[in-house]
Amino acid sequence: MKKKINIYAVKKCSIAFLMHSFLIAVSAACIFPLLWMLGTALKTQQTVFSDSSLFPQYPHWENFYIAWTKGHFGIYFLNSVLYTVAVVIGIVIIASLAAYAFSRLQFPFKNFLFYMFLAAMMIPLPGSFVALFVALKNMHLTEGFILPRIGYIFAMINVGLSLSIFILKTFFDQMPKDLEDAARVDGCSKLGVWWHMALPIARPAIAVVVIYNALNVWNEYVLAMLVLQENSLMPLQRGLMIFRGAHMTQYPLLMAGITITIIPIIITYFIMQKYIIKGITAGAMKG
Amino acid sequence: MVNYLFILPAVLIFSLFYIYPFTKVVHLSLSQWDGIAFKPAAFVGLAHFKNILSGNATQWWVSMAQAGYITFWALTLQNLLALLLALACDKAIKAGAVYRVIFFIPPILSEVVVGLVWWWIYDGNWGLLNQWLTNIGFGHFAHNWLSPSLEEGSRFLVRALPLTCVAIVHCWKGFGWAFIILLAGLQNIPRDLYEAAKVDGADPWQVFWKVTFPILIPVIVLVVILTILASMQSFVLILAMTNGGPYYYTEVPVTRILDSMKNGYFGFACAQSVIFGLILLGLSFSQLKISKQVHRT
Repeated sequence: MKKKINIYAVKKCSIAFLMHSFLIAVSAACIFPLLWMLGTALKTQQTVFSDSSLFPQYPHWENFYIAWTKGHFGIYFLNSVLYTVAVVIGIVIIASLAAYAFSRLQFPFKNFLFYMFLAAMMIPLPGSFVALFVALKNMHLTEGFILPRIGYIFAMINVGLSLSIFILKTFFDQMPKDLEDAARVDGCSKLGVWWHMALPIARPAIAVVVIYNALNVWNEYVLAMLVLQENSLMPLQRGLMIFRGAHMTQYPLLMAGITITIIPIIITYFIMQKYIIKGITAGAMKG
Repeated sequence: MVNYLFILPAVLIFSLFYIYPFTKVVHLSLSQWDGIAFKPAAFVGLAHFKNILSGNATQWWVSMAQAGYITFWALTLQNLLALLLALACDKAIKAGAVYRVIFFIPPILSEVVVGLVWWWIYDGNWGLLNQWLTNIGFGHFAHNWLSPSLEEGSRFLVRALPLTCVAIVHCWKGFGWAFIILLAGLQNIPRDLYEAAKVDGADPWQVFWKVTFPILIPVIVLVVILTILASMQSFVLILAMTNGGPYYYTEVPVTRILDSMKNGYFGFACAQSVIFGLILLGLSFSQLKISKQVHRT
């Protein structure tokens, strides 16, 4: 009897061992390219071709400074922050207003309008950037230094709008009505109820919306490529591609730029991963 | 009436940035237009569609097949890996949450970032891959991975290697995402079903095929549809790694659309968009239908 238990335990242990080796191997494959990127960012253009160690013996931390100033990554970074903040605020206000209306208020064509947003989420429109570019051009939102920013921000608000409305409406639908009724009795206007009651209660859903859209805007490239032609308007993703093509590629500076690009994402991810995974799953389940 | 104020901003933005471009795509797909604003678009009817569908635009169908090749790898390699990992993490092993956090790092990075990092890893002279192969004594396997020359190998290798390298990076970026959805599906399966199967004397293999798999089918169908949609349309990765080259060997439909647009063939670009969109819509609908039929039987 005793022997049998031991065999069972050994079998269980070895299965666990195999499983963990598999999981650890895949984890290493996930992280290693990023370590290699960081290692390259700390080398110089000379040592990058001769030093094959993962982390150089004499790390050149000043590469980050050079990329930030001479590589324009500072400007790109500020632009990315500007676009992300503006788009996310816009989406939260516009989507929560609409979602609240779809969930609580009555008006003609309500269902038709809601299904229109839903359909937009599900119909694949590859290459829609062509038409969007034409539309922005027709609205004269591609020239100058301020208009392209506005055009880009509104276009990106539209990209995240449907899914955000959907997430928030689902949340409002599950919210008890009593609180709002009480507020209405106390003389709160409809807009007041939305601002004072609905928004604060919906904080968890709003967190998902914020994170999902912030990632989306921070990582966006195609529209930025078409709309933002001036160096001073570009966000990080666009800046990286410019840097790659500009001259004989300075690998350390490029990798330093990429590191600057992903540090905010990685930090946000580790703090907010619960919401991120929720947002992605919601985005996937929408179909 | 005040109720309309709530949805007015959303509807306005939606009309300007979705419905208007949407109708514009259809309109332009029937026109010849070079993108210069003061020149009106000339109506040409279905000429662009005929051009594409009759096979004149060979490059277009080649790019379609290339996107299909990437999708094939995503469906097999990526999703199988994701399923295996999800199964491993679903078993109540400790540290499962840690793995989950790590596997989801590639999906949150942008395609530009992933593309550029791997472009450097694949670099023919001093990329990590070649250094590593040399270090472990397989230096003769070193390649100029993203643009191999004929001296390095057969014509077939020159043709297939860059696209395969891109496909592998696509899987690297995508598996964590399929993993999360599959794991969510697995964790919805009631635990007592497993207990019951165990009591009945089923071995793990049987438990998987008789219990887990049938319940998981809707989630698997969802992952398959989303994988097809995402892989067929993925192109920023390609812009960052190869920009469609060498020759046209890594072109996909969306990079073709982008090229047509940049060269001033706006009508042709929109016609490609419409056809490609219809194909994708058809694909996902037929998937849904098949899955419903499978579910019924």
